[in-house]
Amino acid sequence: MAEKSAVPSRLDQRDASWFIDKLFQVLMFVGGISAVIFIIGIFVFITKEGLAFLFEGFSFLEFFGSINWRPTSTNPTYGALALIVGTASITGVAILVAIPFSIGAAVYISEFATGKTKETLKVLVELLAAIPSVVWGFIGLSIMNEFIIEVFDVPIGLNVLNAGIILGLMAAPIMTTIAEDALKAVPDKYREAAEAMGATRWQIIRQVVLPAAKNGLVSAVLLGVGRGFGETMAVLMASGHAINIPTSPFDSVRALTATIAAELGETAQGSEHYGALFALGIFLFLITFIINLAADLVVRGIRKK
Amino acid sequence: MRTVGKPRFAVRTEKLNFWYGSFQALFDVDFNVRAGLVTSLIGPSGCGKSTLLRCVNRINERIGNVRTEGKVEVLGHDIHAPEVDLTQVRSQVGMVFQRPNPLPVSIRKNILFAHGLHTPHKTTKAEQDGIVESALRDVLLWEDVKDRLDRVATELSLEQQQKLCIARLLPVKPAVLLMDEPCSALDPKATAAVEELIWKLRGEYTILIVTHNMAQARRASDECAFMLMGKMVEHRRTEDLFLTPNSQKTADYIEGRYG
Repeated sequence: MAEKSAVPSRLDQRDASWFIDKLFQVLMFVGGISAVIFIIGIFVFITKEGLAFLFEGFSFLEFFGSINWRPTSTNPTYGALALIVGTASITGVAILVAIPFSIGAAVYISEFATGKTKETLKVLVELLAAIPSVVWGFIGLSIMNEFIIEVFDVPIGLNVLNAGIILGLMAAPIMTTIAEDALKAVPDKYREAAEAMGATRWQIIRQVVLPAAKNGLVSAVLLGVGRGFGETMAVLMASGHAINIPTSPFDSVRALTATIAAELGETAQGSEHYGALFALGIFLFLITFIINLAADLVVRGIRKK
Repeated sequence: MRTVGKPRFAVRTEKLNFWYGSFQALFDVDFNVRAGLVTSLIGPSGCGKSTLLRCVNRINERIGNVRTEGKVEVLGHDIHAPEVDLTQVRSQVGMVFQRPNPLPVSIRKNILFAHGLHTPHKTTKAEQDGIVESALRDVLLWEDVKDRLDRVATELSLEQQQKLCIARLLPVKPAVLLMDEPCSALDPKATAAVEELIWKLRGEYTILIVTHNMAQARRASDECAFMLMGKMVEHRRTEDLFLTPNSQKTADYIEGRYG
């Protein structure tokens, strides 16, 4: 028979709400550090799978110096240079495409659009970011392919240009969102000060807003680059998937990611080929990790003086 | 004493009405600001004094959904005339804000910013150095910052920032300086320093200053205008307004009965 009293009999009594509070603290903590756990887990996994290859079949010179990726030949060679150059060239074109689109869209949304227009545009940009990459690949394979063949009068439309444009359009929405956040973070008092001194809209954007948002904009571009290195399906479909060092944007290439996606299903687990694909994975992981880290450092304004 | 060739009034408004959306903030304001003097605008919060100030360079139009009726003249020119170039108006009418708002660039670039906007041709390094030094000397800041002109201006103290915000207006040689409670973010010592500076700039510039601080209006202005609920109640020489107010409303306000 418990009696309620103004002074609890035991001050250290733990009731249900104490346990629920503790439980949620633990759950939230696990949720919070899960990102760290997953990152480490993924890194350990791909390293473990690729490790045997790195120690046995791996030749640094061949991997980074040879363009011969012949994993199924009787005398297999694993030269990833063409794949690396393929990925880099597609990403390069993609960034050239994505920068004007994304920075332009971000400036318009942040500095010009108001009210309904602004909200609608932001929703549409987010919607654009959610289009599945296979749909983009499909557009590359069908529409862009024919378009490039006709406009530039080249035999094949599946090439660096195609994959670069598709990838640029894919990366633009997320870059727009980040760039717009960066512009929005520029305090309005700077714009007001400049306007009161007689600056025009363009002068304000060019001389005040963009320089003040510089770090965020660079970070947006870097994340776009990271996205470019990692994208697989659309690149696989639009690039032509031919091992080749491109000499023009109309050459077909093959990307690192596309190689892994296309070949991993056909290799025996634990085989040399399997290990080589994981070595590509490690390389990709390191590249994207470094790019993302750089983007993060830039946004914090840590720069070399 | 009248200066030949210069208009007697630097700023004139005639039957000025102003709306934020459907809210009317100014009612038929007639206001003449004498050239070369310091005129202070006082009144309780929301009386329209800042709105009136922001009508003089039309900066209040930037928020959109506002409407102006009536006339605002700067140096005899109607600034609402269709052929008026707002950038020209704003080079003639500089503005200092409540919170110091230097741009997040170097001290030097802050001083050269407005000058760059209004000077189509390139200036040499030597010219720029001269502009920077003279502007900073004018606001008594040169000795403090001459060794760190390339440091970011936002690192300065608030007092120095506010002085810099005044200094950066000077290279384009404005006729009028609008100041919207320029000392409200400053401590008493900094306030005194900025007031002293305002008094020093008097004569060369027409200064229109909004203030909440009646003591400040009293000691640092030649003329004083009292506003209440969007209307101009009284505008006279400062000492007259404070010693023998014409209107009972003015008397109530300056004696602290409201506001």
